[in-house]
Amino acid sequence: MPPDIWLLYSQMLKSRLFEEAIAKLWHDGLISGEMHLGTGEEAIITGVVSNLREGDSMALDHRGTSAMLIRGVDPVPILHELLGSPKGLCGGMGGHMHLFSKEYLAASSGIVGAAGPTAVGFALAAKYLRPGTVTTAFFGEGAMNQGMLMESINLATVWNLPVLFVCKNDRWSITTESAKMTGGDLNERVHGFGVPVVEEDGLDVLAVWNAAHDAIERARSGLGPTFLHAHCVHLEGHFLGYQLKRLIRSPIKDMPDVAIPLTQSFLKPSGANIRERLSGMNSIISTVMATLRSSRRESRKDPLFLAREHLHSESTRLKELEDKVEQEINQILASVLEEETS
Amino acid sequence: MRNSLFTQAVDDVLAQAMAKDPRVIIMGEDVPMLRSNLLVRFGPNRVLGTPISESSFLGAGVAASMAGLRPVVEVYMVDFLGVCMDALLNHASKVEAFSGGKWTAPVVVRAPCGGGYGDGGQHEQSLWGWLAHIPGLTVVVPSTPADAGGLMLAALQHNGPVIFFEHKLLSEMWLEIMGSGGRTTTQYDVPGGGAKGTVSKHMEPIPIGKAVLRRSGSDITIVSVGVGVHRALEAAELLEKEYISASVLDLRTVSPLDKTLVCESVAQTGSLLVVDEDYESFGLSGELSAVVSETSITCKFARVCTQTTIPYSRSKEDQVLPNVDRIRNGALTLLESRR
Repeated sequence: MPPDIWLLYSQMLKSRLFEEAIAKLWHDGLISGEMHLGTGEEAIITGVVSNLREGDSMALDHRGTSAMLIRGVDPVPILHELLGSPKGLCGGMGGHMHLFSKEYLAASSGIVGAAGPTAVGFALAAKYLRPGTVTTAFFGEGAMNQGMLMESINLATVWNLPVLFVCKNDRWSITTESAKMTGGDLNERVHGFGVPVVEEDGLDVLAVWNAAHDAIERARSGLGPTFLHAHCVHLEGHFLGYQLKRLIRSPIKDMPDVAIPLTQSFLKPSGANIRERLSGMNSIISTVMATLRSSRRESRKDPLFLAREHLHSESTRLKELEDKVEQEINQILASVLEEETS
Repeated sequence: MRNSLFTQAVDDVLAQAMAKDPRVIIMGEDVPMLRSNLLVRFGPNRVLGTPISESSFLGAGVAASMAGLRPVVEVYMVDFLGVCMDALLNHASKVEAFSGGKWTAPVVVRAPCGGGYGDGGQHEQSLWGWLAHIPGLTVVVPSTPADAGGLMLAALQHNGPVIFFEHKLLSEMWLEIMGSGGRTTTQYDVPGGGAKGTVSKHMEPIPIGKAVLRRSGSDITIVSVGVGVHRALEAAELLEKEYISASVLDLRTVSPLDKTLVCESVAQTGSLLVVDEDYESFGLSGELSAVVSETSITCKFARVCTQTTIPYSRSKEDQVLPNVDRIRNGALTLLESRR
């Protein structure tokens, strides 16, 4: 069965609009602490999750809102949860980093790499209790240096478990370029565990869907885990209010706060020699430059823009679909806010 | 004397120590950006970024300290020590004992902690009781910029592993990164005297294991650490209006405990109320009760602590963490029961 691009696009759009509504609530101060959005990784999440069916499970990271939504969890309690309401999916106890749905066997964690062991455990239970079902684990490339994830990939292969490990590679571990902290090649690393690797453009929902479909069918038929390595760009950076993004967005406002103490410290007597100091300064400048160059709002880096290109020819149908999704999200937002204030 | 913010005071003494002692290095996730001021002065060989590999870089920090360096290992949050507890539980804390006292691991772990800004139960824990439970670990929890600077200097000079707690509600840097994210639409109940304060131009170490009396009173002794000290001081002001005179003792160090000062104060007031943002069961509050019980002092005891997983919901969180009302009511109930 080939993928339905109309359905995939509507799911991606739903996720995007839902998360943009969340961003608005965060900016308005209705969400207090950190907020990690999945904007930019919708093609990966949609391409994988839309291949799941009843009895399948998901191990999610700190960015799991979109996967929950696309899996079919009711968006109304998700939004209540993010607002810390007793009406929330988890009674206001978890928040976006700790979303849980027992019904959909979906568990999140804010601990980097924790999706690995969780997926192995879910898959072990699946093997005994729900034969033919699979587990997906979502994590970033930064998690690939976390021991527990490496151990889990090994365990999944030696126990021949039905797991799809999904590495969402956006090249950044908060303010650190992951490549600078990663030895060797990630695909080769996973190959070393004896696990098949599929590398895809994570902006292309059809490519991800096809790759996930094959890997999941393979797992369902008892042939073991697969590692899906998909590249994407997080449109908002690591989280809302991401320091590097703020720095390049409003340099005039934020720069002096950073640049003045930095220069003073650079010039302070007693410390390293000038070559070492320059090397330190250069690494900061290169990080800021790398942020500048990865233009997060470029349309060619936006999976929704790319998916939409398949649908241009039927402009009336496209407009109808977009209007419908927008209306749906607006209604969800309105009803949740009304319930919260009443 | 000059004014300083909390994290600024810590970073300033780190610069002071690094300028003096080439063995002091800093490592951790994102540290080159988080401590960019130190990076441009001391260079990338002494301010090291790490992968997200806590087990390996904390374990390496422990061993590097055994082999002569003075590493300050940063973790993003104390909660994440769960990933790499082995380095502290089975290694750093054991070296001195296992070597018959001939070898130690003078590593400093800098760990942001605490709640009050809506990050939920996996990112807002305190956990100093959990760490202090282990013989061989020193645990410090400063509540003011001056103490933060002084205790970091003491930690760097200490001949063994020290866990240095940095409360995110007191830290201008962490609250900005984890809380507001540059927004002006959020409000947090930040204790002014803890987030900002006067420090010496050239800071000196504050002895580890020495508590300090923040407020002197005759009816009840309230003992706390970190943000709890400031909540207790606020509650003490309210109690004053009800003609109750409360002492507030800031432990500053959880392990080793300043048993002498605790007992001295409790002997005078006859009532001990522990305010602890860490979990209630099997922790600091119970330990303080035991410390007093083991003497001949007779006293009434109560505690206001975190009893459950910290809720994400801000309103629920404010109830679960020790707040001024709970402390005031705890004191009133305790004194009522004494009559």
